[in-house]
Amino acid sequence: MNYKIRQKLEILADAAKYDVSCASSGSNRKNTKDGLGNSTGMGICHTYTEDGRCVSLLKILLTNYCIFDCAYCVSRKSNDVKRAAFTVKEVVDLTINFYRRNYIEGLFLSSGIFKNADYTMERLVRIAKELRTEHKFNGYIHLKAIPGASDELIHEAGLYADRLSVNLEIPSERSLKKVAPEKNYKDVYQPMNYLTSAIDGYKKEKKAIKSTPKFTPAGQSTQMVIGATPENDLHILNLANDLYKAQKLRRVYYSGYIPISEDNRLPALKQAPLIRENRLYQSDWLMRFYGFKVDEIVDTKHPDLDLEVDPKMAYALRNPHLFPVDINTAPYEMILRIPGIGVKSAKKIVAARRHGKLRKANLKKIGVVLKRAQYFLTCEDKEFKQVGFYPEAIRSLVVQGNSPKKAANQLRLFG
Amino acid sequence: MTFTYNNTYEGLLSAIFETYRLKVKNARIVPEEEWQGSLFEEPIVVETNLEYASRVLKGVERQCSKRAVTLLYRCFLSELPEVSHLIYDFVQKAMRSKIDITDNFGDDTVLQLHQINKKIGREVHRMHAFVRFQLTKDEIYYSVIEPDFNVLPLLPDHFEKRYPAQKWLIYDSKRRYGIFYDQKQTDFITFEEDHRLELRQLSAEVLDEKEPDYQILWKSYFDSVNIPERRNMKLHLQHVPKRYWKYLSEKRERTF
Repeated sequence: MNYKIRQKLEILADAAKYDVSCASSGSNRKNTKDGLGNSTGMGICHTYTEDGRCVSLLKILLTNYCIFDCAYCVSRKSNDVKRAAFTVKEVVDLTINFYRRNYIEGLFLSSGIFKNADYTMERLVRIAKELRTEHKFNGYIHLKAIPGASDELIHEAGLYADRLSVNLEIPSERSLKKVAPEKNYKDVYQPMNYLTSAIDGYKKEKKAIKSTPKFTPAGQSTQMVIGATPENDLHILNLANDLYKAQKLRRVYYSGYIPISEDNRLPALKQAPLIRENRLYQSDWLMRFYGFKVDEIVDTKHPDLDLEVDPKMAYALRNPHLFPVDINTAPYEMILRIPGIGVKSAKKIVAARRHGKLRKANLKKIGVVLKRAQYFLTCEDKEFKQVGFYPEAIRSLVVQGNSPKKAANQLRLFG
Repeated sequence: MTFTYNNTYEGLLSAIFETYRLKVKNARIVPEEEWQGSLFEEPIVVETNLEYASRVLKGVERQCSKRAVTLLYRCFLSELPEVSHLIYDFVQKAMRSKIDITDNFGDDTVLQLHQINKKIGREVHRMHAFVRFQLTKDEIYYSVIEPDFNVLPLLPDHFEKRYPAQKWLIYDSKRRYGIFYDQKQTDFITFEEDHRLELRQLSAEVLDEKEPDYQILWKSYFDSVNIPERRNMKLHLQHVPKRYWKYLSEKRERTF
């Protein structure tokens, strides 16, 4: 057993773990007869760490040697950590052998910046190319687009990767400058903009000419660190909304800042802002799957998300004139706005009510969380609980239902 | 009136067919093994008849859809005691109804079948995730599992597409059969009694010499990506229930 490889793997997996993206879904790469792997349809989480996060990809850095000194990053130049670097062959071998054993869905490869952006990007691309061409690997590949790398290299990366991501890291340029002196938004947005237009271009071409090669079929994503700098949720969600609309990103990840360093450029937090992070993800879901506009979730009057209740509940409590909703007649869009009803339940309700009027018992079996939903809907039961619509009363009932311990640990999306 | 069948899917469908042929409504249909005998009743023992079975499925497809046919088969694989009755009840309701009842979530039988199907789907997904292959000296990627439900018949498609160029074998140690893919097609296989014990934990002699290294690397990787500051065992256990741990090399005690 090569002890060196194990040591490298431990260092470079540890250094990569703060990037929260783990998606392996949303691509459409089919396998060939003599190839290895595919990445079609939904992703698979092969295991979960003890912090409850999914492990779906071999997520590593090519190296954690870095010429930059970003305060929020463990691999920053001034931090005293063990350093290591993989060779191209080592990464390829690990990916193939982990994949063959059904440990992973593919590779997530990022890197510290050694020498310069292009030099680093070139090596990431080489690994993806070798996997795709020499090993006929059709599993999922997520590469980091290194800020400042040339368009040519980013383009080549797009031909081999399923997803590319370039991280904003800090939600405003002013704050970024403070904590990451070598970085700027221009370098981040350049590859992002290039990818947005290239992905769009390839899509259009594919419609006309079928043999057009795939280009980043799972799109691009980004990550922001939350709580390390003073931006409020209004700012963060508007930024995310712009990224979804203008850059057509597939995902924006929010990473609650974990105090990994004693760098005095950053606040000394006792604990990572996990509840706030969860509320941001919930809001993100509302924008992407529930038809909410960003200003329905946060506005200048409510610039920060309510930590006590989820954002959909908060919306309902702020808009009593829209409720209660009649489950048997309301349009799908409105049913989706009832707290405690998710996309799946809403779809089931719309399908089932064609066969007959729905009662409270039906809703419960369908999977509606009545504990929260009951105050916001009416159905066929005449005796159905209607306490009148007093937002403050409902809020205290809902909040009391969550024991304090549960509230602190709450990390599920719409539990 | 009670009908018994031989515990296969075709057997159940044959029994359902018999209830119609004999014009018995609201019969009881139970697997032979579960029939406990009664002083007052002699059950009708139904022989499996493939033609009858396929006629029932054609009827379901005509009254409902292909989706309904798939739903019933998947639910059967759950092996839950109530499932033969639910399938029979669904067929009766489907035959009576003028419209496709597959989406009638307000109906208890339909809803229960969907809920069972959801559990089946979850178990299939878990198997896609939790199968861990070990490479043997004769170049077979080998895995033992023990799914909650009898989902092996639902697995070949996924693994064939993913690993068309390697031989693999997935063995269900609870139900004592496996699926084996030889780079061309997948077949069901069983082993002789005395082989079975060795199958649970392959000895070092049969493994490829590099196999232990990759298991160690995988375990090292798994331990390194954890963020202790975010520890959340409740969530962890929800995603990786303890009963699956024995087949997950990363969840074993560290021995190196």
